[in-house]
Amino acid sequence: MTVDPFTDTELARIRADFVILARTVRDGHPLVYLDSGATSHKPRQVLDAERDFYERTNAAVHRGAHQLSEEGTDAYESARARIAAFIGADPDEIVFTRNATEAINLVAYAFSNASTGGGGGGIGMPPSRTPELTSRFVIGPGDEVLVTEMEHHANLVPWQELCRRTGATLRWIPLTSDGRLDLSDLDTLLTARTKVFAFTHVSNVLGTVNPVADLARRGHEVGALVVLDACQSVPHLPIDVRALDVDLLAFSGHKMLGPLGVGVLWGRPEILDEMPVFLTGGSMIETVTMEGSTYAPVPQKFEAGVPVAAQAVGLAAACDYLSAIGMDRVHAHEMALAERLVAGLSTRPWVRVLGPSDPAARGSVVSFVVDGVHSHDVGQILDDAGIAVRVGHHCAWPLHRALGVVATTRASFAAYSTAGEVDALLTALDRVPTVFGLEVSA
Amino acid sequence: MDLYQQLIIDHSKAPVGAGLREPFDAEVHHVNPTCGDEVTLRVRVADGVVDDISYAAQGCSISVASTSILAEEVTGRPLSEALDTYAAMKAMLTSRGQDSGDEEVIGDGVALSGVSRYPARVKCALLGWAAFTDALARAGVDIVHTPSAHSLSVDQQAASPHEHAPTPQAQELT
Repeated sequence: MTVDPFTDTELARIRADFVILARTVRDGHPLVYLDSGATSHKPRQVLDAERDFYERTNAAVHRGAHQLSEEGTDAYESARARIAAFIGADPDEIVFTRNATEAINLVAYAFSNASTGGGGGGIGMPPSRTPELTSRFVIGPGDEVLVTEMEHHANLVPWQELCRRTGATLRWIPLTSDGRLDLSDLDTLLTARTKVFAFTHVSNVLGTVNPVADLARRGHEVGALVVLDACQSVPHLPIDVRALDVDLLAFSGHKMLGPLGVGVLWGRPEILDEMPVFLTGGSMIETVTMEGSTYAPVPQKFEAGVPVAAQAVGLAAACDYLSAIGMDRVHAHEMALAERLVAGLSTRPWVRVLGPSDPAARGSVVSFVVDGVHSHDVGQILDDAGIAVRVGHHCAWPLHRALGVVATTRASFAAYSTAGEVDALLTALDRVPTVFGLEVSA
Repeated sequence: MDLYQQLIIDHSKAPVGAGLREPFDAEVHHVNPTCGDEVTLRVRVADGVVDDISYAAQGCSISVASTSILAEEVTGRPLSEALDTYAAMKAMLTSRGQDSGDEEVIGDGVALSGVSRYPARVKCALLGWAAFTDALARAGVDIVHTPSAHSLSVDQQAASPHEHAPTPQAQELT
């Protein structure tokens, strides 16, 4: 069954929800926002939900017995349930963090803490029901962490640091020249020594969609914990965490029409249950004495401090918004835009699109280079026409090195993006050869 | 848009004095972590004069052109004048469009005046200049207290280091 992109009427209705899209930039140009992969805009429904929380309910949740606190707690836990449903999970499997970066750091520090006897293995911790699970978080010399060369720094640097702290070894899956994972040596990279296998679902630069379920199965065969960076998939594709078959999954709210300042770590319940804590303090405890503390059950044990309730409520509103318009349609809409852009770029021989050429192997992110012109300069020409794209290495420096490019220009979409915006980019791009004196064959 | 003046395009396509040369007193490596622009820059100081600036730059037209302008304007000049030129370039680039630059002091540098209205690009334009002052400091020049060429003091003892001290340094922050 094919799913259609949004009709013009539907798209107009969606765009009307995003106030910022009506503004102009750079001397009166209408804003053409093609940088949703960096951060998306937020519809009125999300902003209203956040405002409503502050105006009607504002309270420190999970604290106090007054009515506002009760209502605030209900709003926060309702948000957790709706976000869980959005990805096919149960509410207790959702841990709120500040963003995906913090979610991944939480996991990396859980390993650190298990390896140094901290974070819940010690005094006062209830006896582990499944010691073999707890021991899987212990990592040290001789153990390995496997990542890929296409990772965003957020799913690379925390693992580099974990290895530095514990003496474990970082390994990585290299890229093919067209920006897919080169799995030819996977058997030598992924072994019984691999304690963590962390990779991205969709490349934030190339749009490459990785075969998550296959990779997860391979990871589980050697006993590795499988961690998925879903920052570029949860906002753009229908996601069912059960079908992905990973152990832990991280995403950020602000890239999926939600507020800044809230992210999610999803985990299998038995994994979260046994995983040592990261941040400690209020909210996450069960009992506290001067000698030591015991910790609350999942998910509270990972949510130290007053929770980001308003942001969680806003993110739940974003999930409701996306569910109402349909993630399958969002995906179809964005893919149609990406295909239009790739088709337009491919008629310009001075432009080189990076990543898999097979549309089925990629998401809606499109990165390209104009050989001889730095992406900063390309982006400046586009910005001059009111077109916002991402330029640089997009927090994926090793990927750029692997592909032999210094920097790229990236266009990325959301539900509110239009074909007219793609065409505006293509038209503005045609100024680049003129300004920079490229010799272009007609 | 008046950002990309022909002078900038010309400098970026044929950077003045590009390439790494010997002898040199210090070598530095500076990086703009947001875009991956890089410059390796060497400086040679002799008798209080910037004797040579040699460099390998990889980056956008603004950063390469600015480094080229640095080499053109500063090579062969007394340290005091070189540092005055740096100060004037920095003042113009960080002025948010308020300072269009003095051609008497910064020469072709005035072509970069449009950069100051684009805060995200200021770092590109300053990359080579920051590398230059860092290299001077590593070569033993007191870049803070070297008197301005405009001041009445004509104390020229600021620098004449000749110890060979190449100290490549990466500043990769992200």
